[in-house]
Amino acid sequence: MARISAGIATSHVPAIGAAIDLGKTQDDYWAPVFQGYEFVRKWIKGNTPDVVILAYNDHASALMLDIVPTFAIGFADTFQSADEGWGRRPVPLVHNHIDLAAHVAEQLVIDEFDITIINEMDVDHGLTVPLSLMFGQAEEWPCKVIPLAVNVTQFPTPSGERCWKLGEAIRNAVKTFPEDLDVQVWGTGGMSHQLQGTRAGLINKEFDNKFLDLLAHEPEELATWTRLKYLREAGTEGIELIMWLIMRASLGYGVEELHRFYRVPASNTAVGHVVYRAKS
Amino acid sequence: MPRQRLYPLEDLEDIPGTKVFTARRSRQGYYLHKFCMSLMQAENREQFKKDERAYLDKFAMTDDQKQGVLERDFNKLIELGGNMYFLVKIASTDGWSAQKAVGSMTGMSPEEYAAMMLEGGRSPEGLRSIREGN
Repeated sequence: MARISAGIATSHVPAIGAAIDLGKTQDDYWAPVFQGYEFVRKWIKGNTPDVVILAYNDHASALMLDIVPTFAIGFADTFQSADEGWGRRPVPLVHNHIDLAAHVAEQLVIDEFDITIINEMDVDHGLTVPLSLMFGQAEEWPCKVIPLAVNVTQFPTPSGERCWKLGEAIRNAVKTFPEDLDVQVWGTGGMSHQLQGTRAGLINKEFDNKFLDLLAHEPEELATWTRLKYLREAGTEGIELIMWLIMRASLGYGVEELHRFYRVPASNTAVGHVVYRAKS
Repeated sequence: MPRQRLYPLEDLEDIPGTKVFTARRSRQGYYLHKFCMSLMQAENREQFKKDERAYLDKFAMTDDQKQGVLERDFNKLIELGGNMYFLVKIASTDGWSAQKAVGSMTGMSPEEYAAMMLEGGRSPEGLRSIREGN
């Protein structure tokens, strides 16, 4: 049977991807950010999953103009990195695990999540920056990836509670997949940041650290935080943090926090990163 | 019974210096955004750079929106239905960093904005609610 063994969360700031692609990770500005990922870079070598279910948001690259799905699962065999206005990131093709994706999609609908299925799309920095952070400048990604795109841009976005329940439903879906697979769920985006208007540059360290404290051991409380709370406290783009709840809920009741990192800034954003091992 | 809202929808308009990107605003910005997404192809970026006004005229945007693009006035474009995830493609086409594009909306110079971020960013104190002033 398949099982979810671990969860990872990380910010997915595009400038982090550019720093990797342009060989700037040891610059004064970037070195302290990348130090926060040294643990996971080593850890994941011994804990490479067969499949990652990767919750991210599309930044108006493949979605959001003509079609705005609340939750969507990528269903192409492969996904290419999107050209977001400065050319495609030089990263490997992302390979899907179609059998697991199909099973998860079917189970989610049975579980009353009417998920959108996308047969063709490019994936942007929201998905590729986390892969680069964990696996570095790889020739090939060492595992399959099922993209799970969440609308966190256009209101109404799903609530934190809804994301929590989606994570629980993913957990149940993976557990009933008959093949013996090691699956990780990653939640990406955040932490506090706002990319618009006179309030741009907002960072809320207190909020972010409270979120990190609760996420490990009292995550149910986070499921009650409203969208408005994220907007007010963590900025208009800080609401991406609801995708971390999908990851956390998919791990079940208890987790072991293997690593936690928090750093301001990367570009406009507070960077957060955790690695959890599932206990059950 | 429908579930109750946890807060009045007007509260989304109660955050200082912030326009929450709603479905209605998305409709207002649709053709502006169609232009932005066209910049995801290198040949379109070249066309745009060659003659910005002529390129913009291919899209059913309002004159105000076109003017906002020509002036790189991101605050104005957000007023006119824009969302930064679309608009940043204009900045990328110009070779601006996301930080420069975002900082341009704050009235600070790029250097001042970068320094503020290095010092921990903008505090949320006093910027959570217009009504409460907190």
